[in-house]
Amino acid sequence: MLAPNSDYLALQNLYSDYATCLDDGHLEEWPEFFLDECEYRIQPRENYERSLPLSIMWLESKGMLKDRVYGVRNTLYHDPYYQRHVVSAPRVTRIAGGEIRSEANYLVLRIKRDELPEILNVGRYIDTVRETPDGLKFKARLCIFDSELIQNSIIYPI
Amino acid sequence: MLNHDDSSAIPQWTHDGSSRIPFWVYTNPTVYERELERVFYSKHWNYVGLEAEIPNHGDFKRTKLGERSIILARDADGAVNAVENICAHRGAQFCRERFGNNKEFLCPYHQWTYDLKGNLLGVPFRRGLKKGGEVRGGMPADFSIADHPLTKLKVAVRNGVIFASFDHDVEPLEDYVGPEILPYFDRTFDGRRLKVIGYSRQRISSNWKLMQENIKDPYHVGLLHTWFVMFGLIRGDQKSHLVMDAHGRHGVMASTREAVDGGEATKGLNSFKQDMKLNDTRIIDIKPEPWWNGPTVVMLTLFPNLIVQQQSNSMSTRQIMPRGTGAFDFVWTHFGFENDDQDMALRRLRQANMFGPAGYVSADDGEVLEFCQDSYEQDTNHIAIAEQGGKDWGPSNHVITENVLRGMYAYWRKVMEI
Ligand SMILES: [Fe+2]
Repeated sequence: MLAPNSDYLALQNLYSDYATCLDDGHLEEWPEFFLDECEYRIQPRENYERSLPLSIMWLESKGMLKDRVYGVRNTLYHDPYYQRHVVSAPRVTRIAGGEIRSEANYLVLRIKRDELPEILNVGRYIDTVRETPDGLKFKARLCIFDSELIQNSIIYPI
Repeated sequence: MLNHDDSSAIPQWTHDGSSRIPFWVYTNPTVYERELERVFYSKHWNYVGLEAEIPNHGDFKRTKLGERSIILARDADGAVNAVENICAHRGAQFCRERFGNNKEFLCPYHQWTYDLKGNLLGVPFRRGLKKGGEVRGGMPADFSIADHPLTKLKVAVRNGVIFASFDHDVEPLEDYVGPEILPYFDRTFDGRRLKVIGYSRQRISSNWKLMQENIKDPYHVGLLHTWFVMFGLIRGDQKSHLVMDAHGRHGVMASTREAVDGGEATKGLNSFKQDMKLNDTRIIDIKPEPWWNGPTVVMLTLFPNLIVQQQSNSMSTRQIMPRGTGAFDFVWTHFGFENDDQDMALRRLRQANMFGPAGYVSADDGEVLEFCQDSYEQDTNHIAIAEQGGKDWGPSNHVITENVLRGMYAYWRKVMEI
């Protein structure tokens, strides 16, 4: 029987709600999945594995996440597209010190107007999650992607 | 020379000079084949990497010059060699990893081996297989090991930056860059040891020249890049100058940031919002470095395949590798200096948010290049205009101009005989 208040279900819901938020285009709600002090990065696997710190997006606070949303909405000219996340069930790697370490595979499709769907990005989330009065929040979400050659651009967070 | 370079397949360039550019320049396959031969594979130097990527004996890096796969390798004597990634035997592209360390090259197909200079060392069963007094197989008696090296490229290294050419008669690199541009190259690359901090890789569906044009075009910077304007990093009215080499093929845009406010350059811009402030300003928290000697941004274009970026504290080389008329691969190598302190290393990383495939002021460049190529392929007889600031080309003390782009096409027309 699935316990409706189980910790694992809460974690699974965090992952699902996050993906739904982005797929629905509710960018303004995206920073609310994070703590005020947080880290978000989208980094090619080659850099991650060679300990080269460069990411294609590296945000170090909820303020920077909000700035990204503003930048995307108001400054960054781009071809409009939908995105669709397919995310695996999270794999919990560690629970300690009030933090959950978990990972999940993701596949993000990009669908431009009048174009067939294409793979935008494929990789692995490496997450640190904390319990707060408002539910589980990301302290860190690293998107480490295998698809190192990017088809032109990545505008929205993944 | 490719024998299918048929001049009759290239339309007539109908206007004088280089301020009106026909769309077929970006789509015509014969034009493109000629570019590969004349621009990428002869008479020009191409950027292929940084010495910091292959510091030790046996370190190698696989990359591309034009469409051709090549390998850079650090030899025992410290020299950098470049060879084509084609086995002399059956032509297998034997090197598959991007980076690694080997004391020799080995083709897995028939285990032909080469030294790091590309000389053929060994051919299995060259003298055949001896069995019971009988010799089975073996290469013909006149087969000479010495005659079958890998294709070797000419290499030039300047202050840690590696260039290569398939043309062994290419002019010296310093002459190629030219006395106008060389000081700007040496400004960033003055011999300090570089530290690679990571890579970004893009495939952009546009003709390769559009990327050179984009960086040679300061007219768009204060217009397309709303983010830059909004946060005061670059604007149309700031102190700037443009420099070109005597041929018009290379260019420099140097500009100095001034205090942030509204003013003339933002009037009438749909994009300007005076009241906007970042929640977290660390991305634009810039610390001037003594070696800048003034300019807060220097964008350098070396024809045909390199862009060197110093924008505030963020630096990268951007390498162009064409893939047919309608696409190119674009590799960003971000770097700092080996003696950067922790604070500067962090600034370089943070400011990298402006650049690359998701960058606030770069992702949009890739997007508009595709918008252009879409049109070019629909009507190749159409003509693009590049007449901001006039029809000629030469140095300039402002950025409201497309003259550097015109310089490139003046040179391109000469080399291409178009
Ligand atoms: Fe641009």
